[in-house]
Amino acid sequence: MNQATAPAIELKGISKAFGPVQANKDISIRVMPGTIHGIIGENGAGKSTLMSILYGFYKADSGEIFIHGNRTPIPDSQAAIAAGIGMVFQHFKLVENFTVLENVVLGAEEGGRLTPSLSKARKLLKQLSEEYELHVDPDALIQDLGVGMQQRVEILKALYRQADILILDEPTGVLTPAEADHLFRILEGLKREGKTIVLITHKLREIMEITDTVSVMRRGEMTATVKTAETSPEQLAELMVGRKVLLRVDKEPAQPGRVVLEVENLRVIDGKGVERVRGIDLQVRAGEILGVAGVAGNGQSELLEVLGGMRTGTGTIRVNGQEIDLTGKHSDARTRRKRGIAHVPEDRQREGLIMDYYAWENVGFGYHDDPEYNRGWLMNNDALRDDARRKIEKFDVRPADCWLTAKNFSGGNQQKIVIARELERNPDLLLVGQPTRGVDIGAIEFIHQQIVALRDAGKAVLLVSVELDEIMSLSDRIAVMFDGRIMGERLPSETDERELGLLMAGISDTEKPHDAAEVEQNLAHARGKVM
Amino acid sequence: MDFLTIIQILDSTIRLATPLLLACLAGLFSERSGIIDIGLEGKMLVSAFFSAAVAAMTGSVWIGLCAGIVSAVLFSLIHGLASITFKGDQLISGVAINFLASGMTVLIAQDWFSQGGRTPSLSGDARFDSLDWPGAVAMRDAFRAERAGDGDPTGLSAIYWDMISGHTILVYVALLAVPVSWYVLFRTRFGLRLRAVGENPAAVDTAGVSVVRLRYASILIAGLLTGLAGAYLSTGLAAGFVKDMTAGRGFIALAALIFAKWRPWYALWACLLFGLLEAVGNRYQNIELVGFELPVQFMQALPYILTVVILAGFVGRAIPPRAGGKPYVKER
Repeated sequence: MNQATAPAIELKGISKAFGPVQANKDISIRVMPGTIHGIIGENGAGKSTLMSILYGFYKADSGEIFIHGNRTPIPDSQAAIAAGIGMVFQHFKLVENFTVLENVVLGAEEGGRLTPSLSKARKLLKQLSEEYELHVDPDALIQDLGVGMQQRVEILKALYRQADILILDEPTGVLTPAEADHLFRILEGLKREGKTIVLITHKLREIMEITDTVSVMRRGEMTATVKTAETSPEQLAELMVGRKVLLRVDKEPAQPGRVVLEVENLRVIDGKGVERVRGIDLQVRAGEILGVAGVAGNGQSELLEVLGGMRTGTGTIRVNGQEIDLTGKHSDARTRRKRGIAHVPEDRQREGLIMDYYAWENVGFGYHDDPEYNRGWLMNNDALRDDARRKIEKFDVRPADCWLTAKNFSGGNQQKIVIARELERNPDLLLVGQPTRGVDIGAIEFIHQQIVALRDAGKAVLLVSVELDEIMSLSDRIAVMFDGRIMGERLPSETDERELGLLMAGISDTEKPHDAAEVEQNLAHARGKVM
Repeated sequence: MDFLTIIQILDSTIRLATPLLLACLAGLFSERSGIIDIGLEGKMLVSAFFSAAVAAMTGSVWIGLCAGIVSAVLFSLIHGLASITFKGDQLISGVAINFLASGMTVLIAQDWFSQGGRTPSLSGDARFDSLDWPGAVAMRDAFRAERAGDGDPTGLSAIYWDMISGHTILVYVALLAVPVSWYVLFRTRFGLRLRAVGENPAAVDTAGVSVVRLRYASILIAGLLTGLAGAYLSTGLAAGFVKDMTAGRGFIALAALIFAKWRPWYALWACLLFGLLEAVGNRYQNIELVGFELPVQFMQALPYILTVVILAGFVGRAIPPRAGGKPYVKER
């Protein structure tokens, strides 16, 4: 690299504390112009905080920022924008009931009257979208667009403000593989134009695929900066977590036994009268994991909720050959538990835990009437606490303190509490939704091992996840849902992400060459169900 | 019911709708920026008191109006301080403002004027005079002369000389405030940002615009408009301040705001509807409907009943600004 070129971004000694939590400790980093620079780290490692400081969203306690070699204090977002920095946040900062055009113009209007600003922006937007493959209808309302489109609007917003440094925070979290590829093409295009891109992610695959340089963060500190070409996923994972990590789930081939769960023609109509599950048939055998893939909002959640007794539906469900009550007074979650069904719900904070209750109380939920927790008609809290301590230890919940409220644990440890509660009941059938959403790499490894161990103990597992990586590595069989139906079943060894991605977009004949526009349109439809 | 009666009812509809409309637009600016304002009532009340009191003391309604606006703006700032700067609960702050206004006005009135919590009756320059439009007086005189004679005039001209002409300046200001509000909200940069801040303040913040400043601006506009509304009550519609004279108009304005789905033109029609009900209630003390006599209390309760019906959601789904009621805190 040319010695004379000043780094596009140079941070020196940045520190930031939120109360007692030191989010960033003395961080220094150099990002060269015209490169894609990845920042990788576990949840809570301080990646987002660092970038928010660069964007003026937070003020650093100490440290200096240099942009293109010039010392540039960034007290607020205005200053960041003026310095040519644009940011695409993980949670988009868009006004839902405004048009694309209005969102792009907001904050960068010219003059007090709106009409001239809007018509000028319309022209520029057209130009930009042609230049970078960023096609969006300027007059569409944000709330009518899918997440992929919304992300494009965020990128356009930054480009409209003439950003030459673009920061993206976990940009692919909500995208399908095809959309992620498209995003990467856009980023490559921007790089060719000489823009500098900072990509924050916890997905190793993306780092390897697209970045030139990568910086690793752990617990608020920058642990390493390396050339992507000179590193490996294993090395990065180790730098992130601080110890060796198994990236692949290590498991023996499945040995499916008798049928545990049998679903026939299951239909679910939601509160708005929309049919979310449209006639599903599936089977899960003892000793196997069936993974259900799909874009969020295509009926997987409803499927899981019906099976777990949180919703009513029509059709037939048999567990161990016995029919389950779907609408009557025995259709509740409690009866399901008695039948040997354990449920790790998708949203642990809303459905899996009571955030203001202690860990030991949470470990007992759903099994309160179990004789071991009761003494006559009084609860035996001592027994409950002893049991909780044992489970917390076994599942390595940190900190191992059963007197902490659930909200004081990190996402991964909250999930371990839920998993401990459900798995330790030794169920015949485990329903598990998004087991590792918002969970860091170390905990993911542990949770995956627990699920596989349950399978190896001859139990049936139904896994619902929007993470294709997770589906691919955990499942023994994969069913893909689209629009409330199962588009197809595949064996992980005989399929790939591309094929699954097409199934997720509702294209069943994956052998035929197909039209990109059709995929796009189908995806928009799949996404439409989310909102 | 003859034509002239209808005109008279509509005339009084416009007068009665004016304070509602001003308060409703005040609420509109405030809530569009994400600040829920149930203190409209209290702000109108302080303004009603101070404009009447100062007008009584100085003999000038204009000085009174200024005092009223200043007092309402100050109350707005209290709300802003509590709910924007200190990120407090907007409902509690609004309730506090209502209580404060209700107690304070009577107390000060008793101290200053010793008339049982009233201000003295206002007359002459201490009240807003009605404005007669060009030719209106002549038309009215012609109409009356004709009727006094043998003629049977249709009264069409009354639309002009009774309904349109002959209101105080604040009535016209209120009506004019509707298109102005619409233009400001939907055709200016300020309006775009104000609406955005009520929907997703984070979007405004990351675009490099101050959320706090925008919200204060909208609160100040709300103060100005409630100031006008209060002043109109005590110096235009009535001739002096009496205890709790706003009589729930601030809350009716809030109902109208929901009815109007937070849009200026709809707000006009909603407030006119409420004004009409009040006018009908005032005019027809007893109405006979198919042999059943509706008591006067029912007629006077009509606007309030409609309020309840509207708030109970009989008007279909009204989607309020999404960030309404939530103080803006930067999230990680």
